[in-house]
Amino acid sequence: MKTALSGNEAVAYAMKQINPDVMGAFPITPSTEIPEYFAQYVADGVVTTEFVTTESEHSSMSVCIAASAAGARSVCATSSCGLALMHEMLYVAASSRLPIVLACVNRALSGPININNDHSDSMGSRDAGWIQIYAENNQEAYDNFIMSFLIGETPQVRLPVMACMDGFITSHAVENIELLDTEVVQGFVGTYEPEHYLLKKENPLAVGPYDLSAFYMEHKVMQAEAIRASKARILQVAENLAAISGRHYGLIECHQMEDAELALVLIGSSAGTAKASVDELRQMGQKVGLVKVRVFRPFPAEELAEALYHTKAVAVLDKAESFSGCGGPLFAETRSALYDLPQRPQLINLVYGLGGRDFTTESARSVFERLAQIAETGETGPRYAHMGQRTRGSAT
Amino acid sequence: MIRAQDIHENTPWEDLSPGGEIYEPGTALAFDTGTWRTNTPVLYRELCKHCMLCVPFCPDSAIPVKDGKRLDFDFMHCKGCGICKTVCPFQAIEMNLGGEVK
Repeated sequence: MKTALSGNEAVAYAMKQINPDVMGAFPITPSTEIPEYFAQYVADGVVTTEFVTTESEHSSMSVCIAASAAGARSVCATSSCGLALMHEMLYVAASSRLPIVLACVNRALSGPININNDHSDSMGSRDAGWIQIYAENNQEAYDNFIMSFLIGETPQVRLPVMACMDGFITSHAVENIELLDTEVVQGFVGTYEPEHYLLKKENPLAVGPYDLSAFYMEHKVMQAEAIRASKARILQVAENLAAISGRHYGLIECHQMEDAELALVLIGSSAGTAKASVDELRQMGQKVGLVKVRVFRPFPAEELAEALYHTKAVAVLDKAESFSGCGGPLFAETRSALYDLPQRPQLINLVYGLGGRDFTTESARSVFERLAQIAETGETGPRYAHMGQRTRGSAT
Repeated sequence: MIRAQDIHENTPWEDLSPGGEIYEPGTALAFDTGTWRTNTPVLYRELCKHCMLCVPFCPDSAIPVKDGKRLDFDFMHCKGCGICKTVCPFQAIEMNLGGEVK
């Protein structure tokens, strides 16, 4: 069905179609609408979900953990400081191998307090052991959310999944979207049937036991192997979705990369903006392209190396600071991914769009201008810089 | 599905359960936590009326009961907190310093 929805509406609608067993709910801008719309579905009786309102995000995630351990398909939504307050429980969910699905509507993490978009919240959770998938637009937010269940619940994976979209830009902007029929979605996600769960009375179970040094390392290796295994499963589920929707998704998306000499690597809604610049520059004969990272955990290192090895200069755009003093998180991991190549492109990092600072087609074009210079002269200049900020003595 | 009794410090990671899940009940019984004991209760059987007040108060379920009579302490799980001594109405329990059972 073709319609027009905001990203939050699309995710709430996907939740309605999936009809999960439990939602742990606590509101925070800009994800508030997801539990809000969903509460209406609950009130209207169109879903049978146990909607648990909690006093904090630490508790909403705790509800999901307990429900998931009990055998329930559990969902949650949050943003920014809410995700930060869940931080401890994110690790518990992942290490207990509970396939909770969390809609993360990306917002700057305090401080200073700010409600607009960047990726500092979910990048802060990148090492929590969750699979992270980022949407460029509402369609992807909807599709990623639906795929997340099948990915996380796979027995060889058994990991929670964070389906991320950009706050306001994607969550609140209404775009055309193609929805699947509810029966199709339900057939696609199936029913959640874990092998072990607390309410299975014939098989008593203890979840999350104390784990000392004799065993902790082994359990972490299992977790690391599971997220590695999830890579193949993410692609398989994407293929299954393509079969019913005609929409194709990979770990990364390459746009005009076949013969590209200059490329951007970036995440989320800015990819849509940058694609317009790429197409415009292509019409002017420039060999430019971009790689959108859809899946950040597991990190698509081989895929990025494959996509970028033939380029001359690459700018990695980070919508989050990591205060390492030498680049953002996407840059650090992309650069690491290219290290084993026999020949590598010149790589620079630009941290952009923090706290909702605009990223426009002009912004993308200016990056390509700089890349063209680097490719021509071989001089990178500072490898790590910020863009879009006012700087003394220069025009903005 | 690995049984708790088959999990030991030489079990390779491939054989362990995801998240350290344990697939059977009551496995704490097999785990010796009595080594943590700081003080040790002594039961004076001649004073004990088997009123059973100490049994539910014991936070470690370390007072076994059989046929309506309490038995001696389960020293594999008793931590020596002394709550049993405090609640005993008949002064049938004394606490010795240290974890050793005499």
